[in-house]
Amino acid sequence: MSDHTVKSYDEELAHLTSILARMGGMAEAQFAAGIQALSKRDDDLAQRVIDGDSRIDELDQEIQTFAVRLLALRQPMASDLRQIVSALNISGEIERIGDYAANLGKRCLILNHLPVTAPVAGVVRLAELVRSLVKDILDAYLEQDVEKAIRVWSRDEEVDEMYNGVFRELIDQMTEDSGTITASTHLLFIAKNVERIGDHATNIAETLHFQILGTQPKGARPKGNTVGAPE
Amino acid sequence: MNMNAVLPQGSSKISAKALDVHYSEKQALFGVDLDIRAGEVTALIGPSGCGKSTFLRCINRMNDLVDGARVSGSLTLDGTDIYDRIIDVVQLRARVGMVFQKPNPFPKSIYDNVAYGPRIHGLAQDQAELDEIVMTSLEKAGLLNEVKDRLQESGTSLSGGQQQRLCIARAIAVEPEVILMDEPCSALDPIATAKVEELIDELRENFTIVIVTHSMQQAARVSQRTAFFHLGKLIEVGDTEQIFTNPQQPLTQGYITGRFG
Repeated sequence: MSDHTVKSYDEELAHLTSILARMGGMAEAQFAAGIQALSKRDDDLAQRVIDGDSRIDELDQEIQTFAVRLLALRQPMASDLRQIVSALNISGEIERIGDYAANLGKRCLILNHLPVTAPVAGVVRLAELVRSLVKDILDAYLEQDVEKAIRVWSRDEEVDEMYNGVFRELIDQMTEDSGTITASTHLLFIAKNVERIGDHATNIAETLHFQILGTQPKGARPKGNTVGAPE
Repeated sequence: MNMNAVLPQGSSKISAKALDVHYSEKQALFGVDLDIRAGEVTALIGPSGCGKSTFLRCINRMNDLVDGARVSGSLTLDGTDIYDRIIDVVQLRARVGMVFQKPNPFPKSIYDNVAYGPRIHGLAQDQAELDEIVMTSLEKAGLLNEVKDRLQESGTSLSGGQQQRLCIARAIAVEPEVILMDEPCSALDPIATAKVEELIDELRENFTIVIVTHSMQQAARVSQRTAFFHLGKLIEVGDTEQIFTNPQQPLTQGYITGRFG
């Protein structure tokens, strides 16, 4: 799209996108580090993830403030309006992803110091899948690629299926060996939080669709059963 | 009797089909198809010279006053061709009132400004009836409380915003069906603008309103439908909300976001 007649407006919109890109990159890195801390049982890394969350919250604040300023001063219309409103929305989603990553760090610290452990491979596999969705949706945002956003959106079902598998595994684990109940319960919460990160990626996909095309994606949102116990 | 009373809201009051306008050699409008709905406010937007004012001025044949202006295609009011030979232009302008960019009260008293139209059209039988029309019109224009004790003062002694509302009172005193407004707030401060916009919103219950405005925010605030003109062509028309959140044409998008090349 061509530039605004008022150049500073373009610069402000570009600035908004760049803060959001930085924030998204940070949340993705936090999540990846959290997964690594879990699989490697790394206390230091887990602690760094916990400490890093405040920086994401700061960026979220910065975006909220800047977006409100743009709304007030530029009175944006059409695609500009959609871009700014979407930035507000997506910033909130990324902030939640950051919170779940930090929570993953906290649970890692607890898990690492439990006398009895439980296998983490299933949860790590689920987390890697969701991380790839987060990466793809952030790429889609930067490239303004609506096709890519729709692909992320339609893959949420995959996440839900894998989550159900992990849920069953952990229940089986607890049934077999009651000594692992504490560890497995923490893993269960991690799995649930990871599944929610997937939901946030889906929300971003919907917002991006609206930003680019002005409409919500067509059809019902792909949604598997995530109660954890399929009938 | 107000014709709008029998027209259901949303039905087509004014209809342009393949409307062309030339000023001598220069073509100002190219094949415009546009329906103006009854009981709604339609905003015409677009850059200077896009033809929006030309379109507006066709509706009450103000373009007749321009040398070399030629109108072809069809433009109807309630299905009657506005450019038919049998149309009495004076009667047409009583049905289609107009409010201009700069408030232009007559150099007469406030009372006489509003009474002027009803007098020349013979709308009042006696003084009492004329008083009634003047008061009602000032009331509808939201001006009565401010001027009721000074009706004999000159219309030009009022503030700009009051003068514009006086012009609106003058326009509605002859009970038109359509009110055309050509940038009615461009000479007014924000408070006076807000009062006129509030008035426009109230008036649309009884009148069909077409407004030309350079303020996109104003179009967004007051209208239900918005039509975007560019270089004499109607590019896009739609519900105001859709035009300002999700315009379908790249030109519309470029104009309302301030990206015009």
